[in-house]
Amino acid sequence: MAKVKGAIVIDIQRCKGCEVCVPACPKDVIGMSTNVNNKGYHYAEPKHDDCIGCANCAIVCPDGVITVYRAKD
Amino acid sequence: MAETIFDPNIIKDQNLVYKRTDHMKEKALSYCPGCGHGTAHRILMEVIEEMGIQEKTIGVSPVGCSVLAYDFMNVDMQGAAHGRAPALATAIKRLMPDKFVFTYQGDGDLAAIGTAETIHACNRGEHITIIFINNGIYGMTGGQMAPTTLPGMRSSTSPYGRDEATMGHPLRMTELVATLPGTCFVTRQAVHTPGNVRKAKRALRTAFELQTRKIGVSFVEIVSNCNSGWKMTPVKANTWMEENMFPYYPLGDIKVPEKID
Repeated sequence: MAKVKGAIVIDIQRCKGCEVCVPACPKDVIGMSTNVNNKGYHYAEPKHDDCIGCANCAIVCPDGVITVYRAKD
Repeated sequence: MAETIFDPNIIKDQNLVYKRTDHMKEKALSYCPGCGHGTAHRILMEVIEEMGIQEKTIGVSPVGCSVLAYDFMNVDMQGAAHGRAPALATAIKRLMPDKFVFTYQGDGDLAAIGTAETIHACNRGEHITIIFINNGIYGMTGGQMAPTTLPGMRSSTSPYGRDEATMGHPLRMTELVATLPGTCFVTRQAVHTPGNVRKAKRALRTAFELQTRKIGVSFVEIVSNCNSGWKMTPVKANTWMEENMFPYYPLGDIKVPEKID
């Protein structure tokens, strides 16, 4: 079976750091940055590249800041 | 674009799985971090995008946190006086029966000041969709007790918890309108987990599709959080909602119309 690789792009300036996406990720990819964005929130960022492109994080994000891509190897 | 830890070959338009719909305006949402309003707005706009009815949809925004919904949703919107959204939606739908008309209301708007308008619009069987966001509190004005506040739940006007003997019982609006013959589809959903968001989106799609059958009000309640009003972090508020709100406000379809082939 072809391996599916995903990728997420987070619009960090729109992120409000609510952390709702963190428990939604089945691969534990997302964590909170130690840096802050222009609004002063600790924004979400990917910690490693195990993403499978399931889009769970993007679906629960209240501010719709996550864009998801998926490709087969 | 900033540097990414992912393979740049994946981040291409042909591999796109999910992107914020352009039926939401570019403006940043004014809601608190983690508020369910943002998710509810987005799935509503996704349904309108998938059905291709942006030009034919008219929304009515309430008074409450979502009073500025017309700043975020890229459809025609009308502001209503507090609680009067179903009355205004009735007028819009009767004047323009081919349009898709929805109201988007919170629990203070729909279940307190607008109870009469809501019940009578549902009883008349207007062919509109009512979206009811229930977070058990008056969020915008500072977390006061609402008719939907749970027994024993603390709010700024019930600091010792809601006492049912003096303050009454939480109002289950959705069960109430389900008993009326004018409603055709009544359901209760949530938007705090990916699975619930998908179910809530399907419910909204059904609600909008039923407007074309002209068989009455479709009523979708979304149990949501108010982490600022509940004084919790967003993730903790979602857990608290599962443990406390869902036993009193169980999720699922309460009334579904007969299927037609």
